[in-house]
Amino acid sequence: MSISARHISKSFGSVQALQDVSLEVPAGRLIALVGPSGSGKTTLLRILAGLERPDAGSGPLFFHGQEVSGLSARDRRVGMVFQHYALFRHQTVAENIAFGLAVRRRKQRPPRAKIRETVAELLHLVQLDGLAGRLPGELSGGQRQRVALARALAIEPRILLLDEPFGALDAKVRKDLRKWLRAFHERIQLTTVFVTHDQEEALELADEVVVMNQARVEQVGSPQDVFDYPASPFVIEFLGNVNRVAAGISGAALQEHDRLYVRPHDIQIQPQDVGGSGLKARILHIFSAGSVAQVTLQRLEGGEILEAEVARAELETRQLHEGQLVTLFFRHIRVFSTSGEQRWIHNALAPAGTK
Amino acid sequence: MPLMLQDPPLIRRALIAGALLVLGILLVVPLAAVFTEALRLGLGTALTALTEPDALHAILLTVLMAAICVPLNLVFGLAASWAVAKHDFWGKSLLVTLIDLPFSVSPVIAGLMLVMVFGLHSFLGGLLEGWGLQVIFALPGMVLATLFITFPFVARELIPAMQATGREEEQAAYLLGANGWQILWRVTLPNVRWALLYGVLLCNARAMGEFGAVSVVSGHIRGETNTIPLQVEILYNEYNFVAAFALAAVLTLLALLTLSAKSVIEWQVRRQRAHPEAERLTNRVPLHQLPR
Repeated sequence: MSISARHISKSFGSVQALQDVSLEVPAGRLIALVGPSGSGKTTLLRILAGLERPDAGSGPLFFHGQEVSGLSARDRRVGMVFQHYALFRHQTVAENIAFGLAVRRRKQRPPRAKIRETVAELLHLVQLDGLAGRLPGELSGGQRQRVALARALAIEPRILLLDEPFGALDAKVRKDLRKWLRAFHERIQLTTVFVTHDQEEALELADEVVVMNQARVEQVGSPQDVFDYPASPFVIEFLGNVNRVAAGISGAALQEHDRLYVRPHDIQIQPQDVGGSGLKARILHIFSAGSVAQVTLQRLEGGEILEAEVARAELETRQLHEGQLVTLFFRHIRVFSTSGEQRWIHNALAPAGTK
Repeated sequence: MPLMLQDPPLIRRALIAGALLVLGILLVVPLAAVFTEALRLGLGTALTALTEPDALHAILLTVLMAAICVPLNLVFGLAASWAVAKHDFWGKSLLVTLIDLPFSVSPVIAGLMLVMVFGLHSFLGGLLEGWGLQVIFALPGMVLATLFITFPFVARELIPAMQATGREEEQAAYLLGANGWQILWRVTLPNVRWALLYGVLLCNARAMGEFGAVSVVSGHIRGETNTIPLQVEILYNEYNFVAAFALAAVLTLLALLTLSAKSVIEWQVRRQRAHPEAERLTNRVPLHQLPR
């Protein structure tokens, strides 16, 4: 089912958590709300669930064209997985999953045998067969998360909400579960919104990414869109590493207050003066554990520090070493001007002859 | 090598001995005295004293007081702690202060307040008297006094327990379609059941043992408004030591029973926490046994 939320605002006392935020989620999509802590993403998720009420004057909220703003969280049929799962600690896995069915009014409640069957199906779906009798305290973090997921799915929710689904897991389990969740979503095709502060997670997992900052939506788009065409300095800084470069680059039509950004992998390092419009810099440090080496550079003019990424092989062929004087070329520069205009400049700083 | 966080053995032993001595003088000796005094003229005499009609009535009245006050305060305490721990509302800190009020008001003052409000010379007391309901120097006043004194016990135990479990489980239950009662019975209460039982035990112990407030409102009518503590006082003042101490021993036994029940509960809670996950969190392995 599709979700449509329009002009949502929410404040807690004097703190503005959401300011005129709108969100459109087409049916069956997997959407990430991503942003730093305090950006309002969890508040938005809780408003969708009905656990928080938007401020007066906010627009309506629709699930699949039906207005749900007036419905309580109980009646919205939303499946939600909390960051710390919120499993009922004194109930077994099976009782947890059956909860949403067992509390239904007598007329709508499936018979006991049917509930047992549903629980078994769900346990199979989340690959936890055989753990029905365990208590949540006896499960690993990843298993608990899947129990929470099965419990949320038991009520056949119209939408699924996940709050920092991988936040409480260690790095290895995180990666595995990420892949598993993506495949799981392909299978069940349920409209899903998840919250994360990890941009990598958002870009890898979601069909569409909603970047939030300071109670507002900064940009909405596919992972590739927001990465390749970041709409604001915040987005480019938040999604992946980036260098902010002081102006003073010749050869590009730049205004005085333009903000320039270069991704570390777009910096090319030449060991000697090869001519062209390159910047002169000195290598301060080379950190070469991993497939890509991180090179810290200092511009000679102005003393600015830049981070570059160079393939290990290239590091060796070019014989780069600490303390060396080098020339830098930028393959792509992202420019944000004060007027709000944004553009890429390609090969503005290039070795002589390639321009 | 274990960390050197320990005092020299001599000082350690001296401290332990000191603590035991104080404990002995303040607790063990008086407790023993109660039982020896009660049994000084033999078990038979003590039992005879206990089966006196007035004594029996005092015991029954004490049990009745507890039977009325504990369930009522269980409900009040549950409602108050649920409101405080799981909801935000205007005036919450005022409510918390009010819950603690009986702890800070002297029981005698509490009794006097009731006499002021419900005494024969007060407006309310006169009105109720007109309808044939006597509050002061009768059971209703004693129940009110005991209710007031024992009000905080259940709530005080439950609020921290409920706050510790957070609100997410309740929110999850709500999203899954449970109504308020279902959330309370299926999620909230099972999570705090030991704290609840503990609070009830403390409330019960105090309801049976309360002296000051009840003393003011009861009127000390033998065989009518005397609970065990009041009867003990009267008997003692009449130099009827065996009877006084025999009754006191009954109350003491009830207290010891409560204490052992409490220990069993605490043992249960510890055992429950011994789940593999909890064990890692509570770090039960002594520092010097950790692998390094």
